[in-house]
Amino acid sequence: MLDLIKLRKRHGFQAIADVRNAAVMETHRGFPIIDETKYTDDWQKVADVCPTKAITTHPAAIDLGKCIFCGECERASNGAIRFSNDHKIAASKKEHLVIASGTTYAEYRASAIEAREKIHSMFGRSLKLRQVSAGGCNGCEMELAACGNVNFDMGRFGIDFVASPRHADGIVITGPITKNMALALSDAYKSISEPKIVIAVGACTISGGVFADSGETNREFINTVKIDLFIPGCPPHPLTIINAILDFIGKK
Amino acid sequence: MNWIEIKNLQAIPLDEIPRLALDDLRNQTAEKIKSGKRLVQFFGDTESDAITIYAIVADDNNSKLCISSSKTKPEQTYCSMTPEIPSASLFERELYELCRITPEGHPWLKPVRKGVAGIDRSEIPYRFFSMSGEEVHEVGVGPIHAGIIEPGHFRFSCHGEKIFHLEIELGFQHRGVEALFIKNNNRPAYLEKLSESIAGDTVIGHCGTFVRAMESAANILVSRSAKTIRTIALELERIAIHLGDLSALSGDVAYLTGNSVFGALRTKVINTTMAMCGNRFGRGLLTMGGVNYGISPKLKEKIVSTLDELDDAVLLAGEVLFSSASTLERFEKTGIVEKETTIEIGMVGPAARASGVAIDVRADHPFGGYEYFPVHKLTLDSGDVFARAYIRFVEIQQSLKILREQLNNLSESELKKTLAALQPNRFVVSLTEGWRGEIAHVLRTDRDGKIKCLKIKDPSFNNWLAVALAVREEGISDFPLCNKSFNLSYCGFDL
Repeated sequence: MLDLIKLRKRHGFQAIADVRNAAVMETHRGFPIIDETKYTDDWQKVADVCPTKAITTHPAAIDLGKCIFCGECERASNGAIRFSNDHKIAASKKEHLVIASGTTYAEYRASAIEAREKIHSMFGRSLKLRQVSAGGCNGCEMELAACGNVNFDMGRFGIDFVASPRHADGIVITGPITKNMALALSDAYKSISEPKIVIAVGACTISGGVFADSGETNREFINTVKIDLFIPGCPPHPLTIINAILDFIGKK
Repeated sequence: MNWIEIKNLQAIPLDEIPRLALDDLRNQTAEKIKSGKRLVQFFGDTESDAITIYAIVADDNNSKLCISSSKTKPEQTYCSMTPEIPSASLFERELYELCRITPEGHPWLKPVRKGVAGIDRSEIPYRFFSMSGEEVHEVGVGPIHAGIIEPGHFRFSCHGEKIFHLEIELGFQHRGVEALFIKNNNRPAYLEKLSESIAGDTVIGHCGTFVRAMESAANILVSRSAKTIRTIALELERIAIHLGDLSALSGDVAYLTGNSVFGALRTKVINTTMAMCGNRFGRGLLTMGGVNYGISPKLKEKIVSTLDELDDAVLLAGEVLFSSASTLERFEKTGIVEKETTIEIGMVGPAARASGVAIDVRADHPFGGYEYFPVHKLTLDSGDVFARAYIRFVEIQQSLKILREQLNNLSESELKKTLAALQPNRFVVSLTEGWRGEIAHVLRTDRDGKIKCLKIKDPSFNNWLAVALAVREEGISDFPLCNKSFNLSYCGFDL
């Protein structure tokens, strides 16, 4: 009993008090800053090192929906591409995810997530989500689970993951959508009552990621359904996920 | 010579592997396993029309891997090993599914991931094992489960609350990983990242296994400090997951203090990995030829102070958890897997050690940093949820000690060597003790020095059957607890 009290006291209060303004560690690879002029050799060489073909040339740009934030391009471009530790990288439109040379974090943030009044009034105080992993490697799944742990405590904002799609306001999808999960995923989506939102988490869901050219995926559903929020990363940091959802539902 | 004996990570020329007739390969593999050796792999390597079947059997006591092969063609048959060697069952099912070689007399050739013999699984009317009788009913769960976890289907045959039988159907996560390795064999950076995603909870485990296989095939030796940093990352991964599992096991028995405290401790560990390489799971750290990030004296100091904190905190939290009567009531004598069963079905890792089977790749087939500091194998006897939880607790403490040894072993040597071309016609077996147990990658290059075959085995492949056996005769409400005590991978199995 005394040990239990000692343990509780030692544990204390570990929740991040201000999730909205908390910074992620310096080493984290978050929003990329591209300065095309810093690399004078052929940009195709930089594009070629990218494992997921996220980099395009003329002009140089990175698609965050494909990027797995591995840092290979940072090394290959002598710092012309630099990953900052800025972590709020989600967007409500896929085309916003393409970062051009010279784009600053502030510029990106200004238009990346559209907070609609209707969404705010409907889900601003309570948002229940059903998570479906469709070929996810358990990386994104672990970070989504971490959003609810004692450190991040997403539940304080009324955002929770629920066990049944019938209880949910939306679906959070991870993984490249394997053939064998395609049916279950679309069934889960159909089981959620309208109006419903769709959140795509991680490079695999958004673009196929490292599994983009696998013959074992079926991306028909994901390519046709309207996705409301794209949260890039491999996997995204819990603070990226939580802030994305809070921005989307218009929480101050 | 019917078999060649090699060591973990020893690259051998393909033509040194003996060729046997298929029946002889089957009989001699079975004999070896009956004499106490362990089946690591039994798979087919297809090249145009020919299939070479390789058998890899571990002689753990002598740190040797025995290898032999047989050249054959699709549609061949042989007498199944499974009736006498249950641990061969999944390997034979996989061989049947991928290479259309039929193990005659196999008791149950159900699909592993894709479908049987080229037929898509959605087109096969699959019949689950079924039971009948008064008050016998079935409970189907999944593929989508109630929490944030990967998909798989569980079919329980119950009598009231009691589970008679559990059938596990996997394959939902199949992403065609092995084929992607072959398809992209000229893109090394891609292959590294792909290996990190075989199972995202075992980034260091799988990526380390893969890059070591590649380095052996290319005949390059990585520096001592790179080996040390890799070992540190692997042990941090083990500690983090074990802590997360203790947190989840506490949650499953409604012991909320344990759930919170172990969860918060896990955060500290993965943040240490993040400080090393910028990712909480260690992505981007390992590369062929070494590591991408070093450990500065300042970072070393930070890691040591985290270890100091963890030493006390883990001990206290563990003592509280394992002296709580309500927790022990749920953990003890729940989900028992007997030692004989453990050996018979070929289990690996902490789950095997919790049932008294002393196998640990770090000790039996040392690699990387463990060459400098031998690891002592830890075992428990009871084989229940308690043992699988407690073994994690003691392994965390052991790993904390290993980390200190390895941190003191850091030297100034170069972090990364340039990868040379892979040698042609080479065969390498790379084994790693990941947090779940033995990870095995078998790499074969062709005459141009290209990857022609990469056979991957996650420890989950060995252990899923144990979950089904552990829950027999248990109440169905104890299933989540039993399942969590193994914490197996779906995508690692499905590939």
